[in-house]
Amino acid sequence: MSTIGDAWTYLTTPESWVGANGVFGTNFDGSLRFQQDSIIALTLEHLYMSFAAVGIAAALALPLGLWLGHVRRGGGVTTVVSNVSRAMPTLALLTLFAASAIGFGNRAVIIAAAIFAFPPILTNTFTGMAGVDADVREAAFGQGMTRLQVALRVELPLAVPLIAAGLRTSTTQTVATVPLAALVAGGGLGVIINFGLATQRYGEVLAGGILVAALCLGIDWLLARAQRAVTPAPLRRATVAAA
Amino acid sequence: MYGRGVDNPWLSLDYLRRSGDEVWEQLVIHTSLTLQAILIAAAIALPLAMVVRRSPRFAGPILGITGVLYTVPSFALFALLAPFTGIGRTTVLIGLVAYALLVLVRNTVVGLQGVDPDIVDAARGLGYSRTRMLLTVELPNALPSIFAGLRIATVSTVALVTVGVVVGYGGLGQLMFRGMQSNYRAQIATSALLCLALALLLDLLLVLIARWATPWARERRRARRSLRGGRAGGAGRSAEAAA
Repeated sequence: MSTIGDAWTYLTTPESWVGANGVFGTNFDGSLRFQQDSIIALTLEHLYMSFAAVGIAAALALPLGLWLGHVRRGGGVTTVVSNVSRAMPTLALLTLFAASAIGFGNRAVIIAAAIFAFPPILTNTFTGMAGVDADVREAAFGQGMTRLQVALRVELPLAVPLIAAGLRTSTTQTVATVPLAALVAGGGLGVIINFGLATQRYGEVLAGGILVAALCLGIDWLLARAQRAVTPAPLRRATVAAA
Repeated sequence: MYGRGVDNPWLSLDYLRRSGDEVWEQLVIHTSLTLQAILIAAAIALPLAMVVRRSPRFAGPILGITGVLYTVPSFALFALLAPFTGIGRTTVLIGLVAYALLVLVRNTVVGLQGVDPDIVDAARGLGYSRTRMLLTVELPNALPSIFAGLRIATVSTVALVTVGVVVGYGGLGQLMFRGMQSNYRAQIATSALLCLALALLLDLLLVLIARWATPWARERRRARRSLRGGRAGGAGRSAEAAA
Protein backbone atom coordinates (compact mmCIF):
# COMPACT_ATOMS: atom_id res chain seq x y z
CA MET A 1 0.00 0.00 0.00
CA SER A 2 1.34 3.39 -0.97
CA THR A 3 0.43 5.00 2.36
CA ILE A 4 2.83 2.68 4.14
CA GLY A 5 5.44 3.39 1.46
CA ASP A 6 4.95 7.14 1.95
CA ALA A 7 5.29 6.76 5.70
CA TRP A 8 8.47 4.76 5.21
CA THR A 9 9.87 7.37 2.81
CA TYR A 10 9.04 10.16 5.26
CA LEU A 11 10.62 8.36 8.19
CA THR A 12 13.79 7.44 6.27
CA THR A 13 14.41 10.88 4.76
CA PRO A 14 17.10 12.60 6.86
CA GLU A 15 15.50 16.00 6.27
CA SER A 16 12.31 14.87 8.08
CA TRP A 17 14.43 14.42 11.18
CA VAL A 18 16.71 17.46 11.14
CA GLY A 19 14.37 19.82 9.26
CA ALA A 20 15.00 22.12 6.32
CA ASN A 21 16.25 24.91 8.59
CA GLY A 22 17.95 22.91 11.30
CA VAL A 23 16.54 21.60 14.56
CA PHE A 24 16.45 24.86 16.50
CA GLY A 25 15.81 28.43 15.49
CA THR A 26 15.03 31.72 17.16
CA ASN A 27 11.59 33.24 17.64
CA PHE A 28 10.86 36.91 17.01
CA ASP A 29 11.21 37.61 20.72
CA GLY A 30 14.58 35.89 20.82
CA SER A 31 13.41 32.72 22.55
CA LEU A 32 14.37 29.24 21.46
CA ARG A 33 12.26 27.86 18.63
CA PHE A 34 11.68 24.18 17.95
CA GLN A 35 11.52 23.95 14.14
CA GLN A 36 8.14 22.45 13.32
CA ASP A 37 9.41 20.43 10.33
CA SER A 38 11.98 18.44 12.27
CA ILE A 39 11.04 15.20 14.03
CA ILE A 40 13.92 15.65 16.48
CA ALA A 41 12.81 19.16 17.42
CA LEU A 42 9.16 18.13 17.74
CA THR A 43 10.11 15.17 19.94
CA LEU A 44 12.19 17.40 22.21
CA GLU A 45 9.36 19.94 22.35
CA HIS A 46 6.94 17.12 23.15
CA LEU A 47 9.11 15.92 26.03
CA TYR A 48 9.69 19.45 27.31
CA MET A 49 5.94 20.14 27.41
CA SER A 50 5.19 16.79 29.05
CA PHE A 51 7.79 17.15 31.78
CA ALA A 52 6.87 20.77 32.44
CA ALA A 53 3.25 19.69 32.94
CA VAL A 54 4.12 16.73 35.17
CA GLY A 55 6.59 18.91 37.09
CA ILE A 56 3.94 21.52 37.86
CA ALA A 57 1.40 18.85 38.80
CA ALA A 58 3.88 17.00 41.03
CA ALA A 59 4.98 20.19 42.77
CA LEU A 60 1.37 20.73 43.85
CA ALA A 61 0.05 17.17 44.21
CA LEU A 62 2.96 15.61 46.13
CA PRO A 63 2.91 17.98 49.16
CA LEU A 64 -0.89 18.01 49.22
CA GLY A 65 -1.10 14.21 48.98
CA LEU A 66 1.60 13.78 51.64
CA TRP A 67 -0.22 16.08 54.04
CA LEU A 68 -3.74 14.71 53.42
CA GLY A 69 -2.43 11.16 53.62
CA HIS A 70 -0.56 11.86 56.84
CA VAL A 71 -3.57 13.37 58.60
CA ARG A 72 -5.70 10.68 56.87
CA ARG A 73 -8.40 13.08 55.80
CA GLY A 74 -9.82 14.11 52.43
CA GLY A 75 -10.08 10.65 50.83
CA GLY A 76 -13.48 11.63 49.47
CA VAL A 77 -12.12 14.80 47.91
CA THR A 78 -9.30 12.99 46.11
CA THR A 79 -11.82 10.48 44.69
CA VAL A 80 -14.08 13.26 43.43
CA VAL A 81 -11.13 15.09 41.85
CA SER A 82 -10.02 12.00 39.94
CA ASN A 83 -13.57 11.14 38.83
CA VAL A 84 -14.32 14.61 37.52
CA SER A 85 -10.99 14.74 35.68
CA ARG A 86 -11.85 11.46 33.97
CA ALA A 87 -15.17 12.85 32.72
CA MET A 88 -13.68 16.16 31.55
CA PRO A 89 -12.52 15.94 27.93
CA THR A 90 -9.01 17.34 27.39
CA LEU A 91 -10.26 19.04 24.26
CA ALA A 92 -12.92 20.85 26.29
CA LEU A 93 -10.28 22.32 28.60
CA LEU A 94 -7.99 23.25 25.70
CA THR A 95 -10.73 25.00 23.76
CA LEU A 96 -12.05 26.73 26.90
CA PHE A 97 -8.52 28.01 27.54
CA ALA A 98 -8.11 29.12 23.95
CA ALA A 99 -11.26 31.24 24.14
CA SER A 100 -10.29 32.72 27.52
CA ALA A 101 -7.46 34.97 28.64
CA ILE A 102 -5.04 31.99 28.73
CA GLY A 103 -5.08 31.74 24.97
CA PHE A 104 -3.53 29.34 22.46
CA GLY A 105 -0.18 27.65 22.21
CA ASN A 106 2.22 25.61 24.30
CA ARG A 107 1.64 27.45 27.57
CA ALA A 108 -2.10 26.72 27.52
CA VAL A 109 -1.39 23.07 26.68
CA ILE A 110 1.09 22.74 29.55
CA ILE A 111 -1.46 24.16 32.01
CA ALA A 112 -4.21 21.85 30.70
CA ALA A 113 -1.91 18.81 30.77
CA ALA A 114 -0.82 19.70 34.31
CA ILE A 115 -4.45 19.72 35.44
CA PHE A 116 -4.90 16.20 34.08
CA ALA A 117 -1.55 15.04 35.48
CA PHE A 118 -2.56 16.17 38.98
CA PRO A 119 -5.20 13.56 40.06
CA PRO A 120 -3.18 10.34 39.57
CA ILE A 121 -0.28 11.75 41.62
CA LEU A 122 -2.58 13.07 44.34
CA THR A 123 -4.65 9.89 44.62
CA ASN A 124 -1.65 7.57 44.70
CA THR A 125 0.31 9.69 47.18
CA PHE A 126 -2.73 9.90 49.42
CA THR A 127 -3.45 6.17 49.20
CA GLY A 128 0.18 5.30 49.84
CA MET A 129 0.49 7.54 52.89
CA ALA A 130 -2.92 6.72 54.36
CA GLY A 131 -2.38 3.00 53.77
CA VAL A 132 0.63 2.77 56.09
CA ASP A 133 -0.04 0.30 58.89
CA ALA A 134 -1.44 2.13 61.93
CA ASP A 135 0.79 0.04 64.23
CA VAL A 136 3.89 1.24 62.41
CA ARG A 137 2.78 4.84 62.85
CA GLU A 138 2.07 4.34 66.50
CA ALA A 139 5.42 2.68 67.08
CA ALA A 140 7.12 5.68 65.46
CA PHE A 141 5.18 8.16 67.60
CA GLY A 142 5.93 6.01 70.64
CA GLN A 143 9.64 6.38 69.96
CA GLY A 144 9.19 10.12 70.34
CA MET A 145 9.30 11.04 66.66
CA THR A 146 7.66 14.31 65.68
CA ARG A 147 4.83 14.50 63.17
CA LEU A 148 7.20 15.64 60.44
CA GLN A 149 9.64 12.85 61.19
CA VAL A 150 6.89 10.23 61.11
CA ALA A 151 5.59 11.62 57.80
CA LEU A 152 8.95 11.91 56.07
CA ARG A 153 11.00 9.10 57.61
CA VAL A 154 8.40 6.41 58.23
CA GLU A 155 5.33 6.91 56.05
CA LEU A 156 6.98 8.40 52.96
CA PRO A 157 9.45 5.54 52.39
CA LEU A 158 6.63 3.02 52.75
CA ALA A 159 4.49 5.00 50.29
CA VAL A 160 7.22 5.32 47.64
CA PRO A 161 6.07 2.38 45.48
CA LEU A 162 2.56 3.80 45.12
CA ILE A 163 3.84 7.35 44.59
CA ALA A 164 6.14 6.06 41.85
CA ALA A 165 3.19 4.27 40.25
CA GLY A 166 1.21 7.50 40.34
CA LEU A 167 4.02 9.49 38.72
CA ARG A 168 4.33 6.85 36.02
CA THR A 169 0.60 6.83 35.23
CA SER A 170 0.57 10.59 35.22
CA THR A 171 3.61 10.95 32.94
CA THR A 172 2.46 8.33 30.43
CA GLN A 173 -0.94 9.96 30.31
CA THR A 174 0.58 13.41 29.80
CA VAL A 175 2.85 12.27 26.97
CA ALA A 176 -0.32 10.84 25.39
CA THR A 177 -2.27 14.08 25.92
CA VAL A 178 0.29 16.54 24.53
CA PRO A 179 -0.32 15.54 20.86
CA LEU A 180 -3.67 17.34 21.16
CA ALA A 181 -1.64 20.55 21.34
CA ALA A 182 -1.50 20.49 17.55
CA LEU A 183 -5.23 21.28 17.49
CA VAL A 184 -4.73 24.52 19.43
CA ALA A 185 -1.66 25.85 17.61
CA GLY A 186 0.81 24.20 19.95
CA GLY A 187 3.84 22.05 19.16
CA GLY A 188 4.95 18.52 19.85
CA LEU A 189 4.67 15.40 17.71
CA GLY A 190 0.93 15.88 17.13
CA VAL A 191 1.92 18.58 14.63
CA ILE A 192 3.02 15.91 12.12
CA ILE A 193 -0.37 14.17 12.30
CA ASN A 194 -2.34 17.39 12.11
CA PHE A 195 -0.28 18.73 9.22
CA GLY A 196 -0.58 15.44 7.35
CA LEU A 197 -4.35 15.41 7.77
CA ALA A 198 -4.66 19.03 6.67
CA THR A 199 -2.62 18.41 3.51
CA GLN A 200 -4.05 14.89 2.96
CA ARG A 201 -0.62 13.28 3.10
CA TYR A 202 -1.70 10.13 4.86
CA GLY A 203 1.79 8.68 4.82
CA GLU A 204 2.86 11.45 7.19
CA VAL A 205 -0.26 10.93 9.31
CA LEU A 206 0.69 7.28 9.68
CA ALA A 207 4.33 8.17 10.40
CA GLY A 208 3.23 10.69 13.03
CA GLY A 209 0.98 8.10 14.65
CA ILE A 210 3.86 5.63 14.75
CA LEU A 211 6.21 8.22 16.27
CA VAL A 212 3.72 9.26 18.98
CA ALA A 213 2.87 5.64 19.80
CA ALA A 214 6.56 4.71 19.95
CA LEU A 215 7.34 7.65 22.23
CA CYS A 216 4.51 6.74 24.61
CA LEU A 217 5.41 3.06 24.75
CA GLY A 218 9.09 3.93 25.18
CA ILE A 219 8.44 6.36 28.03
CA ASP A 220 6.09 3.89 29.73
CA TRP A 221 8.72 1.15 29.44
CA LEU A 222 11.42 3.39 30.90
CA LEU A 223 9.21 4.51 33.76
CA ALA A 224 8.15 0.93 34.47
CA ARG A 225 11.83 0.11 34.96
CA ALA A 226 12.36 3.18 37.13
CA GLN A 227 9.30 2.28 39.19
CA ARG A 228 10.67 -1.23 39.70
CA ALA A 229 14.04 0.17 40.70
CA VAL A 230 12.65 2.37 43.49
CA THR A 231 10.30 -0.32 44.79
CA PRO A 232 11.82 -2.59 47.46
CA ALA A 233 11.68 -6.22 46.33
CA PRO A 234 9.11 -7.46 48.90
CA LEU A 235 6.68 -4.71 47.89
CA ARG A 236 6.87 -5.38 44.14
CA ARG A 237 4.00 -7.83 43.84
CA ALA A 238 1.69 -5.62 45.86
CA THR A 239 2.30 -2.58 43.64
CA VAL A 240 1.61 -4.47 40.44
CA ALA A 241 -1.79 -5.36 41.84
CA ALA A 242 -2.50 -1.77 42.86
CA ALA A 243 -1.32 -0.10 39.66
CA MET B 1 -16.88 35.65 14.56
CA TYR B 2 -16.55 37.81 17.61
CA GLY B 3 -13.94 40.51 17.79
CA ARG B 4 -12.55 42.23 20.85
CA GLY B 5 -14.95 44.31 22.88
CA VAL B 6 -17.97 42.52 21.50
CA ASP B 7 -20.18 40.78 24.07
CA ASN B 8 -19.03 37.14 24.06
CA PRO B 9 -20.68 35.38 27.02
CA TRP B 10 -19.69 31.87 28.17
CA LEU B 11 -23.29 30.84 28.62
CA SER B 12 -26.13 32.09 26.51
CA LEU B 13 -29.65 30.83 25.90
CA ASP B 14 -29.51 32.68 22.64
CA TYR B 15 -26.95 30.16 21.38
CA LEU B 16 -29.20 27.23 22.23
CA ARG B 17 -32.16 28.94 20.62
CA ARG B 18 -30.25 29.50 17.41
CA SER B 19 -28.18 26.33 17.20
CA GLY B 20 -30.29 23.92 19.25
CA ASP B 21 -30.76 21.52 16.33
CA GLU B 22 -27.05 21.26 15.70
CA VAL B 23 -26.26 20.76 19.40
CA TRP B 24 -28.92 18.05 19.63
CA GLU B 25 -27.57 16.35 16.51
CA GLN B 26 -24.01 16.20 17.90
CA LEU B 27 -25.28 15.10 21.31
CA VAL B 28 -27.09 12.18 19.67
CA ILE B 29 -23.96 11.25 17.70
CA HIS B 30 -21.86 11.49 20.86
CA THR B 31 -24.25 9.30 22.86
CA SER B 32 -24.77 6.67 20.19
CA LEU B 33 -21.02 6.46 19.50
CA THR B 34 -20.31 5.97 23.23
CA LEU B 35 -22.98 3.30 23.70
CA GLN B 36 -22.00 1.45 20.54
CA ALA B 37 -18.32 1.45 21.52
CA ILE B 38 -19.05 0.19 25.04
CA LEU B 39 -21.37 -2.57 23.82
CA ILE B 40 -18.85 -3.80 21.24
CA ALA B 41 -16.00 -3.58 23.76
CA ALA B 42 -18.03 -5.52 26.35
CA ALA B 43 -18.92 -8.16 23.74
CA ILE B 44 -15.19 -8.66 23.07
CA ALA B 45 -13.94 -8.21 26.63
CA LEU B 46 -16.21 -10.71 28.40
CA PRO B 47 -15.18 -13.76 26.30
CA LEU B 48 -11.52 -12.65 26.48
CA ALA B 49 -11.70 -12.41 30.26
CA MET B 50 -13.34 -15.84 30.45
CA VAL B 51 -10.54 -17.26 28.29
CA VAL B 52 -7.99 -15.72 30.68
CA ARG B 53 -9.88 -17.22 33.61
CA ARG B 54 -10.06 -20.72 32.12
CA SER B 55 -6.50 -20.85 30.80
CA PRO B 56 -4.21 -18.47 32.67
CA ARG B 57 -1.42 -18.95 30.12
CA PHE B 58 -3.34 -16.54 27.85
CA ALA B 59 -3.37 -13.90 30.60
CA GLY B 60 0.05 -12.48 29.63
CA PRO B 61 -0.60 -12.00 25.90
CA ILE B 62 -4.21 -10.75 26.26
CA LEU B 63 -3.49 -8.26 29.05
CA GLY B 64 -0.25 -7.26 27.28
CA ILE B 65 -1.89 -6.49 23.94
CA THR B 66 -4.82 -4.61 25.48
CA GLY B 67 -2.29 -2.74 27.65
CA VAL B 68 -0.31 -1.62 24.59
CA LEU B 69 -3.54 -0.50 22.88
CA TYR B 70 -4.34 1.49 26.01
CA THR B 71 -0.92 3.18 26.14
CA VAL B 72 -1.00 4.34 22.51
CA PRO B 73 -2.71 7.73 22.64
CA SER B 74 -6.10 8.07 20.96
CA PHE B 75 -4.79 10.87 18.76
CA ALA B 76 -2.09 8.54 17.41
CA LEU B 77 -4.47 5.59 17.11
CA PHE B 78 -6.87 7.63 14.99
CA ALA B 79 -3.89 8.70 12.88
CA LEU B 80 -2.77 5.07 12.47
CA LEU B 81 -6.28 4.01 11.45
CA ALA B 82 -7.33 6.98 9.32
CA PRO B 83 -5.23 6.06 6.24
CA PHE B 84 -6.94 2.65 6.12
CA THR B 85 -10.43 3.08 7.54
CA GLY B 86 -10.95 6.58 6.20
CA ILE B 87 -12.22 9.67 7.91
CA GLY B 88 -15.35 9.33 9.98
CA ARG B 89 -17.33 7.13 12.32
CA THR B 90 -15.62 3.76 11.77
CA THR B 91 -12.18 5.08 12.68
CA VAL B 92 -13.40 6.74 15.86
CA LEU B 93 -15.41 3.67 16.83
CA ILE B 94 -12.43 1.30 16.46
CA GLY B 95 -10.29 3.62 18.58
CA LEU B 96 -12.91 3.88 21.31
CA VAL B 97 -13.38 0.10 21.45
CA ALA B 98 -9.61 -0.41 21.71
CA TYR B 99 -9.49 1.89 24.73
CA ALA B 100 -12.45 0.47 26.61
CA LEU B 101 -11.10 -3.08 26.16
CA LEU B 102 -8.29 -2.94 28.71
CA VAL B 103 -10.45 -1.61 31.53
CA LEU B 104 -13.23 -4.10 30.84
CA VAL B 105 -10.97 -7.15 30.46
CA ARG B 106 -8.96 -6.28 33.57
CA ASN B 107 -11.99 -5.65 35.76
CA THR B 108 -13.76 -8.80 34.58
CA VAL B 109 -10.66 -10.91 35.25
CA VAL B 110 -10.27 -9.36 38.71
CA GLY B 111 -13.96 -9.98 39.38
CA LEU B 112 -13.77 -13.62 38.29
CA GLN B 113 -10.65 -14.21 40.36
CA GLY B 114 -12.26 -12.65 43.41
CA VAL B 115 -15.20 -15.05 43.58
CA ASP B 116 -15.36 -16.72 46.98
CA PRO B 117 -13.64 -20.16 46.64
CA ASP B 118 -16.24 -21.69 48.96
CA ILE B 119 -19.00 -20.81 46.49
CA VAL B 120 -17.02 -22.37 43.63
CA ASP B 121 -16.40 -25.45 45.78
CA ALA B 122 -20.09 -25.74 46.58
CA ALA B 123 -20.98 -25.52 42.88
CA ARG B 124 -18.36 -28.14 42.03
CA GLY B 125 -19.79 -30.36 44.75
CA LEU B 126 -23.20 -30.05 43.12
CA GLY B 127 -21.67 -31.45 39.93
CA TYR B 128 -21.60 -28.23 37.87
CA SER B 129 -19.54 -28.42 34.67
CA ARG B 130 -16.83 -25.78 34.20
CA THR B 131 -18.82 -23.89 31.59
CA ARG B 132 -22.00 -23.94 33.65
CA MET B 133 -20.07 -22.84 36.72
CA LEU B 134 -18.51 -19.95 34.80
CA LEU B 135 -21.83 -18.76 33.41
CA THR B 136 -24.16 -19.31 36.34
CA VAL B 137 -21.88 -18.98 39.38
CA GLU B 138 -18.66 -17.09 38.68
CA LEU B 139 -19.95 -14.51 36.20
CA PRO B 140 -22.89 -13.32 38.35
CA ASN B 141 -20.56 -13.08 41.34
CA ALA B 142 -18.13 -10.99 39.30
CA LEU B 143 -20.87 -8.54 38.29
CA PRO B 144 -19.97 -5.78 40.80
CA SER B 145 -16.40 -5.65 39.46
CA ILE B 146 -17.64 -5.83 35.85
CA PHE B 147 -19.99 -2.90 36.46
CA ALA B 148 -17.18 -0.91 38.08
CA GLY B 149 -15.19 -1.45 34.87
CA LEU B 150 -18.18 -0.48 32.70
CA ARG B 151 -18.54 2.77 34.64
CA ILE B 152 -14.88 3.75 34.22
CA ALA B 153 -14.89 2.75 30.54
CA THR B 154 -18.10 4.64 29.80
CA VAL B 155 -17.05 7.87 31.50
CA SER B 156 -13.65 7.88 29.78
CA THR B 157 -15.22 7.02 26.42
CA VAL B 158 -17.54 10.03 26.61
CA ALA B 159 -14.46 12.22 27.08
CA LEU B 160 -12.49 10.39 24.40
CA VAL B 161 -15.10 10.82 21.66
CA THR B 162 -14.12 14.49 21.46
CA VAL B 163 -10.65 13.54 20.18
CA GLY B 164 -12.50 12.30 17.10
CA VAL B 165 -12.29 15.86 15.74
CA VAL B 166 -8.92 14.78 14.36
CA VAL B 167 -10.80 12.72 11.79
CA GLY B 168 -13.78 15.06 11.63
CA TYR B 169 -16.14 12.97 13.77
CA GLY B 170 -15.92 14.08 17.38
CA GLY B 171 -19.55 14.55 18.42
CA LEU B 172 -19.68 17.46 20.86
CA GLY B 173 -15.92 17.87 20.34
CA GLN B 174 -16.77 19.06 16.84
CA LEU B 175 -18.69 21.98 18.37
CA MET B 176 -15.87 22.75 20.85
CA PHE B 177 -13.37 22.85 18.02
CA ARG B 178 -15.49 25.04 15.77
CA GLY B 179 -16.28 27.30 18.73
CA MET B 180 -12.56 27.69 19.32
CA GLN B 181 -11.85 28.52 15.69
CA SER B 182 -14.47 31.27 15.69
CA ASN B 183 -13.85 32.30 19.32
CA TYR B 184 -17.48 31.58 20.17
CA ARG B 185 -17.42 31.03 23.93
CA ALA B 186 -21.05 29.91 24.34
CA GLN B 187 -20.54 27.10 21.84
CA ILE B 188 -17.45 25.78 23.66
CA ALA B 189 -18.91 26.05 27.16
CA THR B 190 -22.25 24.52 26.18
CA SER B 191 -20.68 21.48 24.52
CA ALA B 192 -18.21 21.03 27.40
CA LEU B 193 -21.01 21.10 29.97
CA LEU B 194 -23.08 18.69 27.88
CA CYS B 195 -20.12 16.31 27.77
CA LEU B 196 -19.83 16.34 31.55
CA ALA B 197 -23.60 15.95 31.93
CA LEU B 198 -23.65 13.01 29.52
CA ALA B 199 -20.84 11.27 31.42
CA LEU B 200 -22.63 11.85 34.72
CA LEU B 201 -25.97 10.63 33.37
CA LEU B 202 -24.56 7.43 31.85
CA ASP B 203 -22.62 6.78 35.06
CA LEU B 204 -25.79 7.16 37.11
CA LEU B 205 -27.66 4.89 34.72
CA LEU B 206 -25.00 2.20 35.15
CA VAL B 207 -25.21 2.50 38.94
CA LEU B 208 -28.97 1.91 38.74
CA ILE B 209 -28.60 -1.03 36.33
CA ALA B 210 -25.92 -2.53 38.59
CA ARG B 211 -28.25 -2.24 41.55
CA TRP B 212 -31.06 -3.91 39.66
CA ALA B 213 -28.76 -6.67 38.34
CA THR B 214 -27.24 -7.53 41.72
CA PRO B 215 -30.17 -7.61 44.15
CA TRP B 216 -28.14 -9.72 46.60
CA ALA B 217 -25.64 -6.87 46.98
CA ARG B 218 -28.54 -4.64 47.98
CA GLU B 219 -29.62 -7.15 50.63
CA ARG B 220 -26.08 -7.28 51.91
CA ARG B 221 -25.84 -3.48 52.02
CA ARG B 222 -29.09 -3.30 53.95
CA ALA B 223 -27.91 -5.99 56.36
CA ARG B 224 -24.68 -4.13 56.95
CA ARG B 225 -26.54 -0.89 57.55
CA SER B 226 -28.91 -2.45 60.09
CA LEU B 227 -25.95 -4.12 61.74
CA ARG B 228 -24.23 -0.78 62.06
CA GLY B 229 -27.46 0.75 63.41
CA GLY B 230 -27.75 -2.06 65.93
CA ARG B 231 -24.20 -1.59 67.07
CA ALA B 232 -24.72 2.14 67.48
CA GLY B 233 -27.87 1.39 69.48
CA GLY B 234 -25.92 -1.05 71.61
CA ALA B 235 -23.26 1.55 72.28
CA GLY B 236 -26.01 3.97 73.27
CA ARG B 237 -27.51 1.45 75.63
CA SER B 238 -24.20 0.67 77.30
CA ALA B 239 -23.57 4.40 77.62
CA GLU B 240 -26.93 4.70 79.34
CA ALA B 241 -26.11 1.80 81.56
CA ALA B 242 -22.82 3.42 82.51
CA ALA B 243 -24.64 6.64 83.33
